[in-house]
Amino acid sequence: MSSSTFGNDPWWIVLIKVVAIFAILVLLTLFTIWWERRVVARMQNRIGPNRVGPFGLLQSLMDGIKLALKEEIIPRTAHMAVYWIAPVISASMAFVAFAVIPLGPNVSMFGVETALQLTDFPVSVLYVIAIASIGIYGIVLAGWASGSTYPLLGGLRSSAQMISYEIAMSLSFVAVFLYAGSMSTSAIVAAQEPIWYCVILLPSFLIYATAMVGETNRAPFDLPEAEGELVGGFHTEYSSLKFALFFLAEYINMVTVSALATTLFLGGWRAPWPISIWEGANSGWWPILWFLVKVQLFIFAFIWLRGTLPRLRYDQFMKFGWKFLIPASIAWIVIVAVARVVRNEFAFNTQQLLFLAAGVLALILIIGWILSVRASRKAEDARIDEEERLGQPFDPFAGGFPVPPLPGQEFTYTSRRAAARTPDTEVTDA
Amino acid sequence: MNVYAPILVLLALGAAFAIFSVTLTSFTGPKRYNRAKRDAYECGIDPTPQPVGGGHFPVKYYLTAMLFIVFDIEIVFLYPWAVAFDKLALFGLIEMLIFIGTVLVVYAYVWRRRGLEWE
Repeated sequence: MSSSTFGNDPWWIVLIKVVAIFAILVLLTLFTIWWERRVVARMQNRIGPNRVGPFGLLQSLMDGIKLALKEEIIPRTAHMAVYWIAPVISASMAFVAFAVIPLGPNVSMFGVETALQLTDFPVSVLYVIAIASIGIYGIVLAGWASGSTYPLLGGLRSSAQMISYEIAMSLSFVAVFLYAGSMSTSAIVAAQEPIWYCVILLPSFLIYATAMVGETNRAPFDLPEAEGELVGGFHTEYSSLKFALFFLAEYINMVTVSALATTLFLGGWRAPWPISIWEGANSGWWPILWFLVKVQLFIFAFIWLRGTLPRLRYDQFMKFGWKFLIPASIAWIVIVAVARVVRNEFAFNTQQLLFLAAGVLALILIIGWILSVRASRKAEDARIDEEERLGQPFDPFAGGFPVPPLPGQEFTYTSRRAAARTPDTEVTDA
Repeated sequence: MNVYAPILVLLALGAAFAIFSVTLTSFTGPKRYNRAKRDAYECGIDPTPQPVGGGHFPVKYYLTAMLFIVFDIEIVFLYPWAVAFDKLALFGLIEMLIFIGTVLVVYAYVWRRRGLEWE
């Protein structure tokens, strides 16, 4: 499928697609909120919402209507214009980011041949990243405009977190572009016909899967909303439908990052293996189903993480992003690039390639062995130091105030009378 | 139609929905004035007075933003290189390794100066 298919749709097809994407995103949000509440409830031995509609499916719709009928409370200190614009930025950017996600191949829609994708161009993944960055403005401005302490802190934290994880996220795409030779989403899906990129580029996929949780502010990386520290984070001062818009934006962003993960790593709308034996699986309207199932897998993973893991501390979180994810993705890009040049440029046969791989593996093992020996030597030194420190008689008043002994420290009890008989006391007495 | 035009249509629909929702509550919601209600929320205690002219926040965030720009520029150079990788071949690889090396020097420097620590 070439990108020349795009840009040739008649206006009414574009309108249908726009309304369909809007409807899909809103319905998926309503569904995901209900699904999350039900699944987390099951994980906690509860039942979850089951009153409104069949299985409680209409619960989130009713919550939305209820929010519309609630009073809007705007703090006196708020900056009015920015306070109103912030939720609009957040929500509209969340919708717009989905424009380049391919939902399926070319189909015939009322006699017109068109792709199941709103639009596509040579830099569409870059476009998603750019729109996600504009979405951060909504959060920062919301925190700033509220004129309140907690939202300001939450907004700052949120922006620092999102830009930190955006680097790791963007770096994990490089290997995909390198293999696909394009940044267009439909071309990337087409390039995954032989094999999905989550198999051959597993480290990239893992880095992206971690970074996307940080990018969407979801548990265990939901520090901007840490209730114990910041009340509700950037949207503390927002109520009624303005709050609902932030909520909507968060869930749409979840869907978008899952859709992007599906597109870049899980073969997009292509049918998974046992189904792909059936010839008709990758044509017509069926691919939308495979696509939605894959997106739901990611969303379930999001919910599972929330139900399982406690929240990280902020310094641990930033350390993980800056000191692990970023160097790991850069190292992986270098490995992929070198391997590809070696394969393309030098005409090695399979045997030579195996020897080369064995050599590289041996080198890595030797370096790893040297590092581990050094690390264990260091640990041994530390242990000996610790033992020497523990061997000293414990002085509970060494720091100027009483401290209980740590495990392993010997505390010799001395009665006050015995202390009074110690030599230096005698000297003062004399 | 231009390939970018559908995005504007989607933006128009999304923004219209958002603006509609933002203004809707002014008409549908109740309005009961209460002085304490319009204070900034700080768990019930009197709110911290807001500083005039923006006030201060930790310089740490500024450092993070600067580091983000450094790495973002690296990424902006990596993307076209990755797309054209098979055409650039060995020459492109060596060039990019030198570039990544220089950025890594900066990264190592920041790491050693404890710029990546968050206290």
